[in-house]
Amino acid sequence: MIGWTRRSLLALVAMALPLAGAPTLASAEKVLRVIPHADLKNLDPIWTTAYITRNHAYLIYDTLFAMDENFKPQPQMVDTWETSSDGKVWTFKLRDGLKFHDGAAVTSTDVIASLKRWGARDGMGQKLMEQMDEMVAVDDKTFQFKLKSAYGLVLESIGKISSNVPFIMPARIAATDPFEQISEHIGSGPFKFEADQWVPGSTVVYTKFDGYVPRKEAPSAASGGKIAKVDKVIWTYFPDQTTAMNALIAGEIDYFEQPSTDLMPLLSAAEGVTVEVNDPLGNIGFARFNHLLPPFDKVEIRQAALMAMKQEDYLAGAIGDPQFWKTCYSVYPCGTPLASEVAADSIKTGDTEKAAAALKAAGYDGTPVVIMHPTDIPVLSAFTLITGEKLRKAGFNVDMQAMDWSTLTSRRAKRDPVSEGGWNIFHTWWIGADVIDPMAIAFSGDPAKGWFGWPTDEELEKARAAFANATSQEAKIAAGHKVQERLWKIGASGQLGQFFVPVAYRNNVKGLIKSPVQFFWNLSVD
Amino acid sequence: MLTYVLKRVLSTIPVMAIVAVLVFMLLRLAPGDPAAVIAGDYATAEDVERIRTQLGLNDPIPVQLWHWMMQLASGDLGTAIFSKKPVVELIGQRIEPTLLLSLCTILFAVAVAVPLGTIAAWKSGSLVDRVVMLFSVGGFSVPVFVLAYCLIYVLAMWLKILPVQGYKSPFDHGLLTFLRHMVLPVMALSVIFIALIARMTRASVMEVLEEDYVRTARAKGQSEWKILIHHALRNAAVPIVTVIGVGIALLIGGVVVTESVFNIPGLGRLVLDAVLARDYPVIQGLILFFSFIYILINLLIDLSYTLFDPRIRY
Repeated sequence: MIGWTRRSLLALVAMALPLAGAPTLASAEKVLRVIPHADLKNLDPIWTTAYITRNHAYLIYDTLFAMDENFKPQPQMVDTWETSSDGKVWTFKLRDGLKFHDGAAVTSTDVIASLKRWGARDGMGQKLMEQMDEMVAVDDKTFQFKLKSAYGLVLESIGKISSNVPFIMPARIAATDPFEQISEHIGSGPFKFEADQWVPGSTVVYTKFDGYVPRKEAPSAASGGKIAKVDKVIWTYFPDQTTAMNALIAGEIDYFEQPSTDLMPLLSAAEGVTVEVNDPLGNIGFARFNHLLPPFDKVEIRQAALMAMKQEDYLAGAIGDPQFWKTCYSVYPCGTPLASEVAADSIKTGDTEKAAAALKAAGYDGTPVVIMHPTDIPVLSAFTLITGEKLRKAGFNVDMQAMDWSTLTSRRAKRDPVSEGGWNIFHTWWIGADVIDPMAIAFSGDPAKGWFGWPTDEELEKARAAFANATSQEAKIAAGHKVQERLWKIGASGQLGQFFVPVAYRNNVKGLIKSPVQFFWNLSVD
Repeated sequence: MLTYVLKRVLSTIPVMAIVAVLVFMLLRLAPGDPAAVIAGDYATAEDVERIRTQLGLNDPIPVQLWHWMMQLASGDLGTAIFSKKPVVELIGQRIEPTLLLSLCTILFAVAVAVPLGTIAAWKSGSLVDRVVMLFSVGGFSVPVFVLAYCLIYVLAMWLKILPVQGYKSPFDHGLLTFLRHMVLPVMALSVIFIALIARMTRASVMEVLEEDYVRTARAKGQSEWKILIHHALRNAAVPIVTVIGVGIALLIGGVVVTESVFNIPGLGRLVLDAVLARDYPVIQGLILFFSFIYILINLLIDLSYTLFDPRIRY
């Protein structure tokens, strides 16, 4: 009997499907086909902190300063700048030739309007605006910051790499209420957004902006020359990771931004596909306590819970392959200037028996611990299950409550008692770039404006303020360590380690920029 | 007939109004908050609250309902909270892939299932009948996504003769490219409808074959072929048409899995994404739209009965 070889089966199916061999049209246009990490739901990078919106915005907008690979702010739209001897007046001059996608020149007025809108929404922006006496347009290309007193984070603020990034928009657009979405999407970045081709939930198209004038320096993280090397970048959102993987392997897609780690063995083995970690900082996992409700309103009980948490168990359970994670006992991502293990002994225990003893000594009365369990995000679901198991072993009365992430994000805002819909613990992660220094809202100790969980600690806020006012690198490092010391002392959050999500791309894609944020300039398709 | 159609069309208005109110209330009772999703992971509770106020979500529910009903009365389905695009525009962007996928699936299913079901009824109890019934059971039993992944693996990844995923509009890319992208999803999706329609056809045709007029036709010496086509199939058509019509309605509202696996940007995915994000205007608009489609298709099914059975009059 004839064996069913691949060739014979192919011939049979080809006969049965006369359309199968339909040729595809070749195009001279260079297109980079990308699977983004999420669906682009909205387009205003100031209105939302969503990373997908930030990535979209980096394509179409530019920034005054930008972080390089050493996490130092470098000039981007700014050509030259100077500071007065007392550190209170900063004068900036824009580069020549900057223009928006509608052809208008970028002016100081556009810069000031954009910074005002950003400063109303972003945490670092708000701090900068608190220090600001006024922003003045000296001429079309020159503007000044007049500060109330010397402030140590001026360039770090306007050059911050992650959400919300102070992108520069035309003044008429930046005049939009910061709590309303902008309706026009015109920047001065290397790509233009094609509004009429946007299909929410599916496709976003960007075309090269021929009027962009890149810097001369080589690209380094968000800084340097932003040269568009393709005519178009097309994002196609895939709701199904397996289909996304198959599309990449089949060559229907060039670049897959965040394949899940369980697909790595298949992707690594696929012909013509490269898998690599492109984000040197990765993500930092957190277990967040609610400091307002019992039992975690008591520091000794938070400390007991921290003793039960062992980073290796979380990372191995949720991420798997050790090449994509590492333990990190610093609140700042390991590998960054402020990272250290100062005062970290209390989070290194990882022993449920010691935790049980500490819990007993703390006088735990059996109050149920409600852990919100997001079942639709695999990594967070695994983190949550591991915490549940560890706390149970330590003697906590654990109540796991399953829900989707959307429900969790609304419920975590509740400060009510557990009986009225409150909560005790939830898990999340922050990208490393967002917790690189003490100004991250994750570290806030302000119970009124702080992040969900609301640690109440004046000392912590004083330490954060000291960091903001430090002007030398040595002073910043010392202040950063004080903040870390305080965070561990009050048991603000559980630290679950650092993990890295690789990118996967066809071998004909060249020019990836190592960075915590995905950039699409400098990428070419052979 | 015209009076009947008018009555049916007018009767959709109270049905749609009830659906609208129910959907609105159910969404507001469900946990989750679009403001929290919008604000992002790093927003504070204060930010979330401000967005709630801005979106009108802090207004009393009757006030929110009133605003929405007024909007509907002026023919406006509202604007998506996230993309800020009109819901009508979002539906317009997504309806083509879903509609064409549904129609291709049903056409293919009918083309395969009706002859199969008819032959199975004609040869009732034979090997052919048993094979058709076995296929029917299989068609009901295999989940669409399992079949879809198997088809992708064999035809797209291994043999490399069809694309893995994606939708190419026939209007932009031509008929051949469109059909190449439709083959796999249609194959995956049609199996269950082939099973359903084949079973229904078999049962209906068998019932008709027992009728006196079929016996009379046979006695008059008419060929089996003519009896099957002219007498049996035509008189068995009413329940088959009902299944086909309901199938189209089900497909338009429920091809989420197929659209996800084959990455087709249709209405199924739109509704799923909107539910996950709690984009209330989009969910409300889509459910109203689906209700309208169901009502319209039911009306068309009812009207089509007169074509097959002259005894039916409106």
